[in-house]
Amino acid sequence: MSFEIMMDILVNNWPMFLRGAGITLAIAIISTLIGSAIGFFIGIMHTIPVKKRSFKSVVLKIFNFLLTCYVEIFRGTPMIVQAMVVFYGLAAYGLELDRFVAALVVVGLNTGAYMAEIVRGGIVSVDKGQYEAAQAIGMNHFQIMIHVVLPQVARNILPATGNQLVMNIKDSAVLNVISVTELFFQTKSIAGATFRFAESFFIACVIYFVMTFTATRLLRLMERKLDGPDAYKVEKKAEM
Amino acid sequence: METVIDIKHLNKAFGQHEVLRDVNFSVKKGEVVCLIGSSGSGKSTLLRCINLLETPNAGEIIFNGNNILDDKHEVEAYRTHLGMVFQQFNLFNNMNVLANCTVGQRKVLKRDQATAEQNAKKYLDIVGMGQYIHAKPRQLSGGQKQRVAIARALAMDPEVMLFDEPTSALDPEMVGEVLKVMRQLADEGRTMLIVTHEMEFAKEVSDRIVFMDKGVIVEEGHPDDVLVKPKHERTKAFLARTLK
Repeated sequence: MSFEIMMDILVNNWPMFLRGAGITLAIAIISTLIGSAIGFFIGIMHTIPVKKRSFKSVVLKIFNFLLTCYVEIFRGTPMIVQAMVVFYGLAAYGLELDRFVAALVVVGLNTGAYMAEIVRGGIVSVDKGQYEAAQAIGMNHFQIMIHVVLPQVARNILPATGNQLVMNIKDSAVLNVISVTELFFQTKSIAGATFRFAESFFIACVIYFVMTFTATRLLRLMERKLDGPDAYKVEKKAEM
Repeated sequence: METVIDIKHLNKAFGQHEVLRDVNFSVKKGEVVCLIGSSGSGKSTLLRCINLLETPNAGEIIFNGNNILDDKHEVEAYRTHLGMVFQQFNLFNNMNVLANCTVGQRKVLKRDQATAEQNAKKYLDIVGMGQYIHAKPRQLSGGQKQRVAIARALAMDPEVMLFDEPTSALDPEMVGEVLKVMRQLADEGRTMLIVTHEMEFAKEVSDRIVFMDKGVIVEEGHPDDVLVKPKHERTKAFLARTLK
């Protein structure tokens, strides 16, 4: 493995690397957003209060059972297999998804399954007093969730969500099995064309690391921003 | 004076454990009533039943002539008439002091931002927290948090204020500032129902003292009667333990 060859590969193939990294990043970011939305949806569905033995409670129970099935199946099977099943499975029924769309579906659903548990944990961990205080000033369940609970959940689960993003940047590499042109797939092509496997993949390695490291730092920054400054402005006393 | 809250034959049990047994009592407009009794006597549960944070198993709660335990009654609308102050403050952690006092007015009472802020600031000034509108709850001391919590409840312009052991979670030196605010509210003629362990305070501000033990009201009356010459043995025993 030599540095000159690596530079050579980079100079000749940088647009491909860049495009691959772009696709990887796009898949990771979009599917983390999709997954978070799914996670919040399921987390909220699981915490809706209903009267026991009412019609609504039966419907909700069935619906929540289906959601639990989804969570367990996606958490209990490898993403690489899910990718094959979704892409070729749907193709067998005549539904040919765009490969990029298929990638978003697979990674998004996968992330959603994990985020569901993270959000549920986040909701449970918000102090019961917060609900009670909101109830006491007359808010309904929906208002309590939107204005009081979910903002706190979003803040509290931000580190876990960042983890998901980092994992998605790395794990989207498995999507090469359905020929999504992300970074790993592009690197494989470059390596195949140049017959320089070690050098090509070392470059990919560096690019992956730069992406995950930057993501982690940016998220840390976002956390600090959300917490606000430690000091607060004191209003001047009004003239009496 | 007209009766605001009238409670009839209220029962509440957590599983097998009966916390309230056939409780009857009422609060008149402008009255300050203190609920006293040892821990586990049911006084906090009674207060929480009144704004339906706990659902009673049986009985009636009549508020301004309406039984609010009717199925048809809107719980959320009813709760806006009651201001609740908790032992643990329970300020909304994700909002600053001003937002804590405006969110209910805006989202529940549908007031516009300017009106809500003006009203919030008025009450924050009354509790002496007007300077701290930009602070987050985590930046405040216990006494400051509780005063904001009182302003948050007042900003909804409730008919009755409920206090659930408002000073029990405070450091001794901060109890005074909260009691001072409450004394001021009592002097203004607000209707207040207070669960407290502060006997001196209860004696001073209340028009009526209610002593509870094991889920029943044992004795009630003017503070000079209940606290000074109690009739029941259980009241005497309780006071002997607390007024040392």
